[in-house]
Amino acid sequence: MDALLSQYIDPYYLRILMLIGINIILALGLNLITGVTGQLSMGHAGFMSLGAYTSAILSMQLGCPFFLSLLAGAAMAALFGFFIGIPTLRLEGDYLAMVTIGFAEIIRVFFLNFEPGGKAVGMSGIPQNTTFLLVWTLVIIVVVLNAKLLNSRLGRAFYAIRENEIAAEASGINTTRLKVLAFTAGSFLAGLGGGLYAHYMYFIRPQDFGFMKSIELLNMVVLGGMGSIPGTILGSVILTLLPEMLRVVAEYRLLFYGALLVILMIFRPNGLLGDVRVYDIKKKFARKKVGSWQSSN
Amino acid sequence: MIWQQLLNGLTLGSTYALIALGYTMVYGIIQLINFAHGEIYMVGAFVGLFLVVNTGLNIGVALLGAMAFCMVLGMLVEIVAYRPLRGKSSRLSAIISAIGVSIFLSTLMVLIAQTNTRRYPEIINIETYQLGSLQVSSLQIIILVVAALLMVGLQVMVQKTRIGKAMRACSQDLDASYLMGINVNRIISFTFAVGSALAAAGGVMVGIYYNAVWPYMGTMAGLKAFAAAVLGGIGSIPGAMIGGLTLGVLEIMGVAYLSSSYKDAIAFGILILVLIIRPQGIMGQKISKKV
Repeated sequence: MDALLSQYIDPYYLRILMLIGINIILALGLNLITGVTGQLSMGHAGFMSLGAYTSAILSMQLGCPFFLSLLAGAAMAALFGFFIGIPTLRLEGDYLAMVTIGFAEIIRVFFLNFEPGGKAVGMSGIPQNTTFLLVWTLVIIVVVLNAKLLNSRLGRAFYAIRENEIAAEASGINTTRLKVLAFTAGSFLAGLGGGLYAHYMYFIRPQDFGFMKSIELLNMVVLGGMGSIPGTILGSVILTLLPEMLRVVAEYRLLFYGALLVILMIFRPNGLLGDVRVYDIKKKFARKKVGSWQSSN
Repeated sequence: MIWQQLLNGLTLGSTYALIALGYTMVYGIIQLINFAHGEIYMVGAFVGLFLVVNTGLNIGVALLGAMAFCMVLGMLVEIVAYRPLRGKSSRLSAIISAIGVSIFLSTLMVLIAQTNTRRYPEIINIETYQLGSLQVSSLQIIILVVAALLMVGLQVMVQKTRIGKAMRACSQDLDASYLMGINVNRIISFTFAVGSALAAAGGVMVGIYYNAVWPYMGTMAGLKAFAAAVLGGIGSIPGAMIGGLTLGVLEIMGVAYLSSSYKDAIAFGILILVLIIRPQGIMGQKISKKV
């Protein structure tokens, strides 16, 4: 499949498409935590690095099959998400943001000193097992499962926590349990994305998963529209393409990137597709039909 | 040995405290984590360096110049990037906007000054005094004295002057302050100006103390200062001072007695432990939630 694709598509575009797919998985994980449940996490890259390193070490040094190491990486990230989530989700808003930044930094410093991970040099020669087909199949699975989740009773409980935690609790929602659940699920997706990233990039270093990476992922969620699956996908596509398109301005690239973030936030403060859900679009169209029927009367 | 580490820690901590004050004051009034604050500190260090190298000014004058420049820069950032968002967006959009400013400023500085590390010329005769087993350099004394003066000055301004009273009112309730006839926008601008000036002072002093100024110095310093502000209880001015000093001392102690390769992890580890035990920080007040 990939050989076939590379005959027709320029390898550069293929690479961007792969990165878009991986970023969608990562951003959807963060969307679950920050966009849907409203718990500001600024350390998503830390969980991504856990998945990347775990899967890379398993497949390189222990010779595990690719799928197993990918799954183990995601499970490792989820495990950490769970155990970090329990004490920290008692904290609110910006305290939580600080703690997640702190954890991601601690994980980064840990990998900087971690012998099997090659310390600061990182790991190279990871088998390139991530294929186009695999990434996009996983994207579709993740999107469908996410949509199903958000439309369920559980998903609405997540939104309720974001909107008003006290009211949610008063309505009988076990907020602590659900927050930990969202955090664990989001970390799982981060680990999955990390594993895919490691087995695609062939080379990982601790610096790849620093604070700026977490911020980049957060930007995708916020820019697209908090809590919206189409929004998060759009945000991931735009923010993966944007740096590539800005290559024309060479060294001014990041200058434009920074300025564009400010401008986009000023003109679309709630994100490009703020809170657009498939369910809402359906409802909107349904209403229009009713409207046209009334006006024709 | 322990006293020496304590002194080094206090010196580092007082610079953290100067940066943390800007975070905490802005947060206290508009609940924004101003991620561009670390970059203001970096710009301050560069402006100080520029003034010393290119105009040959006295270091004290250069410090004041850097503070004045960053005052204007801080107000400008607030007007351009935060004011248009105020009141009509979630706090997260403002944070992303702040991150945009931070990326913009550090890239701008890379374009102007390149990525290499610059050094302050030897402008101050650094003498080392021996007090028993304790080695005190004149630079450490200057940093501690300047930081202490600035913090006392800030405390006096906030507690005793009219504009300080207005700032305290705004941090209690922005809407009510507006209704009481306080020009809220002016107070917010003023808060940014004061916070940025303190960060610039920290930047110049760190630049001289560690003899290194580079465009990405703001990121880690900003994160640690934010950690210090949270540690002390975000929104509380004495909290930021105590948080900064505590973090500086513990970090130096950690490096001295545990491991230097985990330097950056130590500060965050301490922060997490404190927050798990005391979620509102050292000086923060627990605010009960209302429906």
